[in-house]
Amino acid sequence: MQHPMKNTVKTAAVALVAGLLAAACSQGSATKGAESTPGGKVTVRYFTFSAAPDHVKDLDTIVAAFEKANPSVDVVVETAPYDQYFTKLQTSIAGGTAADTFELNYENFVTYASAGSLLDLGTVRGDGDDDAAYAAESLAAFKHDGKQYALPESFSTVVLLYNKDLFAKAGVAEPTADWTWAEEQAAAAKLTDKKKGVFGDFQPVTFFEFYKALKQAGGEFMAPDGSKTTFNSPAGVKAATWLVGKVGKTMPTEAQIGGTADYDTNLFKSGKLAMWHNGIWQFAGLKDVPFNWDVVVEPGDSAKASAVFHNSVAAAAATKHPKEAGAWARFLTSSSVAAQTRIASSWELPPVSDQAVLAGYLKDPKPANRQAVFDSLNAIALPPVIVRQQEMQDAVTEALSNAAAGRVTVEEALKTAADKVDGLLG
Amino acid sequence: MSDPMSDPTSDPMSGPMSGPGARSAEAVSGRSGRSAEAVPGRSGRSAGAVALAEREVTAPPTRPAHKRKRLRYAGTVAFFLLPSAIPLTLYTLIPMVGSLWASLHEWNLITPMRWIGLGNYSELLAAPETRAAFGHTLYFIAGYLPLVYCGGLGLALLLNRAMAGRDLFRAIYFLPVITSWVVVALMWKWLLNPASGVVDWALGLAGVDGPGWWTDPDWAMPSIILASAWKDLGFVMIILLAGLQAIPKEFHEAATVDGAGAWQRFRHITLPLLSPSTFFVVVISLINGFQVFDQIHVMTGGGPAGATQSVVELIYNLTFRYGRAGAASALSWLLFAVVLIVTLVQVRAQRRWVNYG
Repeated sequence: MQHPMKNTVKTAAVALVAGLLAAACSQGSATKGAESTPGGKVTVRYFTFSAAPDHVKDLDTIVAAFEKANPSVDVVVETAPYDQYFTKLQTSIAGGTAADTFELNYENFVTYASAGSLLDLGTVRGDGDDDAAYAAESLAAFKHDGKQYALPESFSTVVLLYNKDLFAKAGVAEPTADWTWAEEQAAAAKLTDKKKGVFGDFQPVTFFEFYKALKQAGGEFMAPDGSKTTFNSPAGVKAATWLVGKVGKTMPTEAQIGGTADYDTNLFKSGKLAMWHNGIWQFAGLKDVPFNWDVVVEPGDSAKASAVFHNSVAAAAATKHPKEAGAWARFLTSSSVAAQTRIASSWELPPVSDQAVLAGYLKDPKPANRQAVFDSLNAIALPPVIVRQQEMQDAVTEALSNAAAGRVTVEEALKTAADKVDGLLG
Repeated sequence: MSDPMSDPTSDPMSGPMSGPGARSAEAVSGRSGRSAEAVPGRSGRSAGAVALAEREVTAPPTRPAHKRKRLRYAGTVAFFLLPSAIPLTLYTLIPMVGSLWASLHEWNLITPMRWIGLGNYSELLAAPETRAAFGHTLYFIAGYLPLVYCGGLGLALLLNRAMAGRDLFRAIYFLPVITSWVVVALMWKWLLNPASGVVDWALGLAGVDGPGWWTDPDWAMPSIILASAWKDLGFVMIILLAGLQAIPKEFHEAATVDGAGAWQRFRHITLPLLSPSTFFVVVISLINGFQVFDQIHVMTGGGPAGATQSVVELIYNLTFRYGRAGAASALSWLLFAVVLIVTLVQVRAQRRWVNYG
């Protein structure tokens, strides 16, 4: 048992330090919400980063269907942009004001599950609930200590998006699934027209691109037992050189980007970017651009490897309505309404076991080569996950941007990053 | 010892007010924050007011008959202190105790705390990031303090003369002070944007290839310093202006009659008599400088390449980005210790150079 004095001080610390900051930072959105509405209705709050801004209406469709099937439950949606989402989630959990249900990505799932913040969804199963609706590997990814702490909600992959018109104008052959880095680089050089402000290629110089490029170059980020990093290797140098070498040549520099939000999205949408390494979540936003575009599996080097991102829905361990929260999480992740809505709006992919549902994804005519999304799943690169995840990501990204700006060599950058990450593992 | 209040000359810092009513007002305003300091002409005496109030409360009663009166007086003081004492306790003292407790634990906000004693402190003291953050903070202060003081002094001297539209200019220069930091930082971020900013555009017209400002590690801190000095110029100006107006004209007239030039009068009359205001500005600016955060968080987020990672920005990142609230609390206490030491040194040193004559 804890010492009562210790408890009091701790409560004070939690409530005041974190709670105040949480309240100050969250614009109040994550801290409000009536527990139950008049007429005996139960309110379930849901906090999400993937809905806004392109898919709020699609989420509303799913919410409406759930409320129709469960008239006693009122689902309240709260959204935050991805880069603020986890700060808000963390502080709201610390302050005891967390939403009943919230989204978690694969990289952050372990942290929250091992912290005891999540409800074991196995304890609130309904009679008709069937785990067979989920793709088995997806379901297993969100198990921790044998308990289902979250349900797989969606997955997405990163592909090479390209502007067909720019390729045609420059007389360059369009990318194919057989392309390697060399072909991408040659095409990018031809497509870049700095006078017109047209860039050939855009691939962010970040941790997320690096672990994937590393795998494409035949390297590994971490030793199999996770005891130390292995990315400071010839393959690592090759991958980092590949990313860093684009900056200032076929891709804008940090100063040219000037910290502008969604710079690459706007560059592509304005028809001034020929090739863009980005996720399939961009499809919906590109529906109405005034040029032709398509996608292809990302070029590799000695191997193919595509990044796959996995999101899930979890319920807070502290929720007052575990039954309803669990039902909503299940509906949002496995109901046919949810799956169909995601497919129809190109809102990532539902991790369902029913291949017929997934096949519907191919019916949409734009982009024509949607098959590439499924092809990219044949060889995937999963992000390395450690306890001090964010520090690792920041260390790698910072070292690489130093190399990109020419402040250090690629070799120095990798050594710095490897030393730092090794220090985080201990 | 005689009551310092009864004889204004016995304590160089005491004000001209006397009597219990004036004392309690002085004590309340001196304790509750900057209200006393904002009164024009009295700015340099605020520190004196605090010291005085403390002496008042702790001084032993001179005669037993006064005991009850004293007690009632203390009750009155306590009553007037309550409005600031309650929020001070709730929002400053208790969280400080909480953070001291948290600093002895490993804690990521969502898991239960784990006791590690002084582990956070030893880890921080050994970490190169901590040293770098203190280094960046000192760099900021070294650039910001001279700039904001000299700029503020220049403006104060300029706007202390009889000229048309003087009040308007004073108001204009004070506007940034009352503007939100986030607004100011976003504005400067845009002005200094290397791709689309007005500053580099204007430099381009003049044939100068503008720097990368906050996207370039070498220019990022100067950008922050520039924005900070711009915002705080008006505050320093107002304080120094009040100090200037408290200098009796006779001194200048007498010196002029004695044949002193403008520079000599500035050097030997204005500067020494302005020293209480200067002292106040330096103390406040240093404390604010050590706590620099808002402008950095908005303009660079500590980047590029960590070049503007200040101590408080590191505290923020440790807590909300890296889930190390314990280490962040420990760093807060290290910062508190540094600020306390620096301020104590200043209060000591002021006896040598601050002139309350």
